[in-house]
Amino acid sequence: MDDMYQELILDHYKNPRHQGTLDPADITYEDDNPLCGDRIRIDILTNDDEEVVEAAFSGHGCAISQASASMLMEEIQGKSLDAIKQLKNEDIMDMLGIELGPVRMKCALLSLKVLKVGAYGVQEWVDE
Amino acid sequence: METPTTTVPLDSNKIRADFPILQREVRAGIPLVYLDSAATSQKPSSVIKVLDDYYRFYNANVHRGIHTLAEEATAEYEGARKRISQFINANSQRETIFTRNATEAINIVAQGWGRANVCEGDIVVLTEMEHHSNLVPWQMLVAEKDAHIEIIPVTEEGLLDLSVLGEILSRGPKMVSLTHMSNVLGTINPVAEIASLAHEAGALVLVDGAQSVPHLPVDMQALDVDFYAFSGHKMCGPTGIGVLWGREALLDAMPPFMGGGDMIKRVYLREFAPNDLPYKFEAGTPAIAQGIGLGAAVDYLASINMIPIHAHEKDLIRYALERLVEVPGVKIYGPPAEYEWRGGVAAFTLSGVHAHDIAQVLDRYGIAVRAGHHCAMPLHDRFNIVATARASFYLYNIAEEIDQFISSLYEVKSLFS
Repeated sequence: MDDMYQELILDHYKNPRHQGTLDPADITYEDDNPLCGDRIRIDILTNDDEEVVEAAFSGHGCAISQASASMLMEEIQGKSLDAIKQLKNEDIMDMLGIELGPVRMKCALLSLKVLKVGAYGVQEWVDE
Repeated sequence: METPTTTVPLDSNKIRADFPILQREVRAGIPLVYLDSAATSQKPSSVIKVLDDYYRFYNANVHRGIHTLAEEATAEYEGARKRISQFINANSQRETIFTRNATEAINIVAQGWGRANVCEGDIVVLTEMEHHSNLVPWQMLVAEKDAHIEIIPVTEEGLLDLSVLGEILSRGPKMVSLTHMSNVLGTINPVAEIASLAHEAGALVLVDGAQSVPHLPVDMQALDVDFYAFSGHKMCGPTGIGVLWGREALLDAMPPFMGGGDMIKRVYLREFAPNDLPYKFEAGTPAIAQGIGLGAAVDYLASINMIPIHAHEKDLIRYALERLVEVPGVKIYGPPAEYEWRGGVAAFTLSGVHAHDIAQVLDRYGIAVRAGHHCAMPLHDRFNIVATARASFYLYNIAEEIDQFISSLYEVKSLFS
């Protein structure tokens, strides 16, 4: 496990990028992982081409959930909603660059889930 | 409650030698510091050996076999029930029903006694410090019966706020179901006093003893409650075995919970006659090795004596709380160290670090603690927190392990600061 708290992750946890809320926002979605108490909200502002102009996350949770949200916000700046819909769990693992067991995997993937439900819209979202 | 008299202190070296897992290194060069006994305890060699012996020498189904192995297995299994009954000072082994765990024991009462006795508008009293296992079965029952739940709140100090009890009891609840010891706060509740008041008001009392039977002397006659539930695996026994103790007359009047083999006296094509106690509540082939293993666990605990075990854990928790308050940013939940009725559980938060991260980094140093809501979400809501880290102690823990835990906690702090 010992690379779990490597510099990159700790840096994003201690100095989160794009943290906060957006008002107005075109997409706002929030969800939690009640088992750990992690909670993440993501706000997105898009342009007419449905590209992300600005994205921000807020909420609380463990270092893994917060760092993955911070990295994900950096990753999606300027991306189209279609590209966001294509994001996979493996993309998060590649960003974090660490191996995670099943329990901590849920922490890492919370922000992606929130983002994708937001991008699809709650009605259209089908859990993978 | 009477203060247990302290006898000779535990011989920690001897006790630690009884638990083979304590020799293990979590990773090369990192010995195990196991501070998660409130989740499940480690097992002494004597318990591990009886499990092995059963499968190796006399594995057979119990109760109906005529052959030698079946007779031996039945004698061991029923002998265990007898010794477990003596361990909690039950009137008779007919009152000791083997279950899978404390959760199943509570469900037997909620579904068996509850369905037969709780009606529309009736009140079931619970507390804010309950484990989910003593909340959800009652929530299921009251939803079905259109009854409702009243809650005894928890004070900021982590004690039951008994100032509301008189008013709640004046409304004639059918059942008061509460924990003997909180698995998060460590609070040991005055169950005998509460039971006496509840009985005066005409209510029955169920006690969740999952955290108390492993750690305190527990006496069914002295407590004078109606039902008592506990799990084997938290008291040096195997998983998959627990106990529902109940007053014989109440158990006799209750309908069976699960149907099947062993719980019947006679079966016809369209009806059955239930078996006598305790078998009426034990459908199907039971957890035989596990029952025998729990017998060995109570033999082990009784040979050491619950009074010095409890005293040892009180020393450990006092020391742990003393050391924890020294750590800047730590907030401890539960009664203060000087409170007499506090068991060996310390739930805490560390500012700026999520409980999962605390537990994960402590694991680097071989220290096993738990992180999360410990199956007590409403209690965490009460304190406006989502998760705590929890260190819990048992007879095999020593002060040196608390020192290692605290120095590793400083490492956690420095990593995240």
